[in-house]
Order: sequence, then structure tokens, then C-alpha cells
Amino acid sequence: MGGQAEGRGPKRANGVREAEILALLQRTDGALTPGEVVERLGGELSYSSVVTILTRMHTKGLLGRVARGRAFAYAPVTDDAGFAARRMHTVLEDRPDRETVLARFADELSDTDAELLRQLLGPDQ
Amino acid sequence: MHVAVYLPLLLSVVAPLGARPLAERCEPRLATWLLTASSLILGAATTVSLGLLAVAGLIRVPQLAALGHWSAHTAQHDDPTQLSVSLLAGLLLAGAAVMAARMLWRRARSLAAAAWEAACMPARDGLVVTENDAPDAFALPGLPGRIVVSTGMLHALDESEHDILLAHERAHLTAHHYAFVALAQLGAAANPLLRPLAVAVTYTIERWADENAAASTGDRRRVARTVGKAALAAHHAPALSRMAGAALGIFGIRGHRDRLASAGPVPRRVAALLAPPLRRHPVLTAATAAVLAAAALGAAEAAHDLHLLLATVGVS
Repeated sequence: MGGQAEGRGPKRANGVREAEILALLQRTDGALTPGEVVERLGGELSYSSVVTILTRMHTKGLLGRVARGRAFAYAPVTDDAGFAARRMHTVLEDRPDRETVLARFADELSDTDAELLRQLLGPDQ
Repeated sequence: MHVAVYLPLLLSVVAPLGARPLAERCEPRLATWLLTASSLILGAATTVSLGLLAVAGLIRVPQLAALGHWSAHTAQHDDPTQLSVSLLAGLLLAGAAVMAARMLWRRARSLAAAAWEAACMPARDGLVVTENDAPDAFALPGLPGRIVVSTGMLHALDESEHDILLAHERAHLTAHHYAFVALAQLGAAANPLLRPLAVAVTYTIERWADENAAASTGDRRRVARTVGKAALAAHHAPALSRMAGAALGIFGIRGHRDRLASAGPVPRRVAALLAPPLRRHPVLTAATAAVLAAAALGAAEAAHDLHLLLATVGVS
């Protein structure tokens, strides 16, 4: 991390780099080692920053890894519920009619609605 | 083309006044059907009316009349429609067509995206739990759809309340509530006067799902409490305003009834669950049926008038 991560290429948010690497891994058949990732990104990131990002994504549960030689090879975890769960935050995110497509259990409350609700439900709530 | 053509337009001004009473006083499943049908039928009837008015005016323009071998001269004598009215109708019709097409396109894409997301989501019994402290739960339409619940919501509710939550969301998916909402909004896209009907449908599908959850658990009070608890858990009210309201004794001066009239959907749902169950409302049902029949007949009568007009002005 730190200075080296910003070493080459334009400075970009970690999330963007993660998404970029995730997209690369999803396009690829099988797992990739950090060296292969660096190669395919065209030297945009240094080896050490790629290792850092891959390790972080592995810790988050976005990537699975298997030992290959002296390094680990990483692949996206697509069949894991945890992965779907993380993806869920983006469900229909930029759709204008998101709220009408997803039927929410409890809509948002205004402060007066919340107070009225507390009164309706009485003290046992 | 005298009165009949304006009847659907007039009814679409009046009908939305009935949306709230229908949503509040009629059994929610029937109310959803009536509101959705009203929005669709009135939306279609007003579009037909606008089209007829536009055509009736356009055949008075000699160049256009020549296209259909009609006599623009006779049309100017036989048809009472003002050219300005026809032009306005034509513009409104174009607007209605564009809005309806845009809404259909957007919704079809969103539903397809939702179905795709749902299909990609590994789930046990159609349930997906997301790791998120913010309490949230919703039904994601698809084939089959998914129920998505955050860990925050699961923590906010106890075991029996989880069953109520799932029964509610399952009702949305099995009864295809997203389709009712989409169709009601299609009518409202074609005729914005009908928007209150579409808004009422988004409320009655929640009531419908609440009553389904109540039927499957057999306890309406408990459903009311669960809905309220979930909404309050998701609500981050600044403690200060709550304290101030209670300290000033603002609440409870007026009756619940008055305050419910202006309240959002959640308190109204809870109040409806705490009150005795609603029955089918024969008067409102009959009134809705009469309005829809009148609108359909008006549009049909106007179409017939236009047909007669075209026969009269036909040169050949």
C-alpha cells in the first residue's frame, strides 16, 4: 500500500481498481497470478499494488485463491452467496424506476410518521 | 363527435378522486384490480378520444383530406370540432404516445435487469441474505423472483416476525404485484391526470401483501407490529425532534384519524391492520364499473361518429 500503489498510472480510487481487476478476472478462464494480472493490465499497476489489491479482495470474500508455484492464483467467487450479497447493493441502482420495481417491506418514514406509528403500536412496541 | 368524445376526458378528471376512498375502504385485492383496470381503461379511452379529435380536425385541412379522398369542405360543415381543439388533441396524443412508450421501454428493461439479477443470485427457497447493517427487505421480480433481506433487518425482527416478513414478500412475487404497478403506471403515463390511481396501486399491493401475511400467520395485530417495527428500525429519526414532539404534547391532541389522512403509507398500513378487516365495497365497486363502462362506451360512440363522418365526407 501507500506510495507504491500510486506509483504508476493515474491516481484512482481503490474501488475502481478492484472493479477493473474483478472485470479482468471474470473475462478470463481460470485463475490468474498477480504477475499475469499485471501483464494483462498492460503495466498500469505495479506488481506490489496488484498483490495488495488481490489480497484485499480475497479478504473481502470477492476472490478465491489457489496456490500455484510460489504465488497464489486468484479467481472470482461466483458461486458463493456472499458474492451475490455484495453485488446486491448495486441491484438496479441507476434505474429511474428502481423503487417501483423493488417492493420494499417498509417504506421510509417521515419523523411525524414515525411518531404516529409509535402511538398506534402503543407501549408494547 | 359532440359529447361522447369528451366523456373519457371528463371521467379521467373525476375518477382519480375515487382512488383514495377505494384504496382505504375496499378489500385490498379487489381495490388493486379495480384501480389497475381504471388506470388502464381510462388511459386507453382518453388516448382514443384524443386520436379521434385529432383525425376529425385533420381531415378539414384540404391537403390531408385529399390523401383519404375526403372532402375537406364537407368536413368543415359537418363536424363541430374546432381546428384548435384538434391541434391541441394531436399534440396531447403525441405526448401521451411518447410518455407511454418511454415508460414501457424503461420498465421492461428494469424488469429484465431484475430478473437477470434474480437468476444470478444463489438462493435457498428464493431467499437471499445480504450482509448489511441497514435494515432493508424487498422482493426482486424474476423467474422465479427473489426475496432479499439484509442482516440488519433480520436482527431487528424476531423469529416469528421473520415469517411475517417472508410471507409478505412472497405474496408480492406470487401475485405478480410488479405487473399491477407497471400497468397502472402505463395508464398514468398516457394520461397524467390518472397518476393518483397508480399511486393508490402501490399502496394497495402493500395492503394486499400485509393481509396475505396476516392470513398465513393468523394474527393481523402481529403483522401490524412487524411492519411498524421494521419501518422504525429503518428510520433514523433525530432523537431531538422526537423528544420535542413528545415534550410539547403535539401528538395526541388531534385524533389518529385526522393525522392518518395526511400520513405516509406505513402508518396507514398499520392502522388498517389494527382495524377490523375490510370487505369488498359494493358501492365503490359498482361506481368504478359504471365509470369504466361510460368511458369505454364514450370512446366507442365517438369512434362510430368519426366513422359516420368519414362516410359522409367521402368523395368516392
